[in-house]
Amino acid sequence: MGFSKDQLLNRLQELEIDYTKYEHPPVLTVEAQAKYVSSSEGALSKNLFFKDKKHRYYIVSAMVDTKVDMKVLSQRLGLGKGGIRMAPEEALTQLLQVSLECVTPFAVVNESARDVSLLLDQNFKNQKRCIFHPLSNEVSVSLNTSGLDKFLKSIERDPVYVDLEANPAVGKDQPPDLAVYVPSNSVVIPEISNETSTKQTPPPKSVSAEVKPVASAKPSKPATKGKSVVVEKSTPLAFKNPEKFVEEIMDKTSALLLSEAKVENVEALAETLRKRLTSELTHLAIMYKNTAYTEGFHAGKHSQPKRL
Amino acid sequence: MEVDKKDERESDSSEQVVNPWEVSAKDGGKIDYDKLIDKFGCQRLDESLIDRVQRLTSRQPHVFLRRGVFFAHRDFNEILDAYEKGDKFYLYTGRGPSSEALHLGHLIPFMFTKYLQEAFKVPLVIQLTDDEKCMWKNLSVEESQRLARENAKDIIACGFDVTKTFIFSDFDYVGGAFYKNMVKVSKCVTLNKAMGIFGFSGEDHIGKLSFPPVQAVPSFPSSFPHLFPGKDNLRCLIPCAIDQDPYFRMTRDVAPRLGYSKPALIESSFFPALQGENGKMSASDPNSAIYVTDTAKDIKNKINRYAFSGGQDSVEKHRELGANLEVDIPVKYLSFFLEDDSELEHIKKEYGEGRMLTGEVKKRLTEVLTEMVERHRRSRAAVTDEMVDAFMAVRPLPSMFE
Repeated sequence: MGFSKDQLLNRLQELEIDYTKYEHPPVLTVEAQAKYVSSSEGALSKNLFFKDKKHRYYIVSAMVDTKVDMKVLSQRLGLGKGGIRMAPEEALTQLLQVSLECVTPFAVVNESARDVSLLLDQNFKNQKRCIFHPLSNEVSVSLNTSGLDKFLKSIERDPVYVDLEANPAVGKDQPPDLAVYVPSNSVVIPEISNETSTKQTPPPKSVSAEVKPVASAKPSKPATKGKSVVVEKSTPLAFKNPEKFVEEIMDKTSALLLSEAKVENVEALAETLRKRLTSELTHLAIMYKNTAYTEGFHAGKHSQPKRL
Repeated sequence: MEVDKKDERESDSSEQVVNPWEVSAKDGGKIDYDKLIDKFGCQRLDESLIDRVQRLTSRQPHVFLRRGVFFAHRDFNEILDAYEKGDKFYLYTGRGPSSEALHLGHLIPFMFTKYLQEAFKVPLVIQLTDDEKCMWKNLSVEESQRLARENAKDIIACGFDVTKTFIFSDFDYVGGAFYKNMVKVSKCVTLNKAMGIFGFSGEDHIGKLSFPPVQAVPSFPSSFPHLFPGKDNLRCLIPCAIDQDPYFRMTRDVAPRLGYSKPALIESSFFPALQGENGKMSASDPNSAIYVTDTAKDIKNKINRYAFSGGQDSVEKHRELGANLEVDIPVKYLSFFLEDDSELEHIKKEYGEGRMLTGEVKKRLTEVLTEMVERHRRSRAAVTDEMVDAFMAVRPLPSMFE
């Protein structure tokens, strides 16, 4: 489960990080927060949660006055001009385990956020103290960047400070300067960590309704608003688990059978099935085989020599 | 191996230019493939060869063969002769990992190679030329290696069989027997020859000059002692886009001098940009191509807004004159990706004679591409780093011919 505010604050204390805590009614905006925490206590931050087209996620934490141009940032990350957009709410709750209003650098303490890249405003370093939400929008903490760095290092993260307002040219001979901060793993939401529960009653959310629903003959929960998120939870399992594999084949076959039912001649129907399904099912089988081989490869790499 | 952004070079616009770093037609027109075949000295892939492929593999030839996407070859008939006698071959193709954004044009050689692997039941080596991109695109070593691994995931998602496929990156693999072959090849190519074939000049750094052997030697089985021990006579077939021909002309020239068989080639034409044959597909213009990361919405938008239409300006004119199928992009794309020959014929006839409207053609194209991209995405999601490691591990492939 996600880290709670208290667990986080305890952790800061354990690490002997100097911070000051301010409790206040829940705030939804920086302006509201400013009413309760004066700027003499530290610099307020605005915290943005982005995703790119390859389902990789980024937290950008900046001073309120720092201009964050998404187009420039996207180019500097090597994602082209329109490569990033605000992440949908599900991503926030699933990956950062916080609500909309309290995106914060501290959210990376969660295991679910291990593939989220954190970019901090260089300007923070000039401030005595900076203010962030400690996983709750009813509390703010102010601390020095060295404290934040200490915390990040304690969870094995290298603190990354970036001049967010810089706009270096990106082109043939000038590679994108922030590309190295692009996470190496993309995240499929929801994560496959709950394999065991899905074996019983998989609730597959079908990918965008415009696609011909060859794979969704299963009873499914209504498709979520997760617009551009890859959500076919059952498919990765279909490559690993024999039952799911067979289920996927049966689903595709029966869906096609039902849609072609008007064909009177049974032989013609069989021909159509064969023609339309062979390549798709072969592809499925190859991914299944590759997955099994990879698991064997992993086992081979980690197997211990026979004990004599 | 492939290039998505072409260098600006002084080109004589009265001649078409086709080489690994630049592809441009004469006077902004269309590429003349007949002239290209003449100039390069390769052969047209004719119907009889396609029929032969069908007979030997007992399955329908791939859509790219039927529609003439892969249209030229060198010694493909010899490969088939040997295959008929029971002598197998192996496949070699590659990618230059210059960007993460892969579009459909990038997938074409891989889709075709996967078909060849399945139809002929032969092994495959895939070269990721991270060193080339590091040199030509001025990427850092780490970035090019990272891109190589990322591209490997999309390649694997095309459906290659891990028990028959070896993927390698130059930075990882060059050395040992591979390097020995590189030196042997280098000794056979003078500086002048290299400059003639590849257009190098005194201003180019020596890294570029020494790169061609890297792309040449995967054609020789002795470069892969862990895969083909003792099989020095195993022939190689290289599916690639026709702009790669210079590398392999050089290789075929050198091979006999080294006592090796010449690699055979099977070559494809260029995939047009959304804006039309004269447009350039460029990684910096996301609207010039359909990317594998595009959502269904993106695809629909791009096709509706940017795909160059050969339809007439008004419905009345269209019904009277029909569409210009020569320049129409949706029909061109369908000829690449719509499996059903009779449906394509029907669309061409109805659209060409004005009874079908552009909107309908675009709608069908959107369906076909969305299904393809969706399928690719699902497979891609299942490719883990560990799977990439497995494909790239230097290991024997005991069932490679099964």
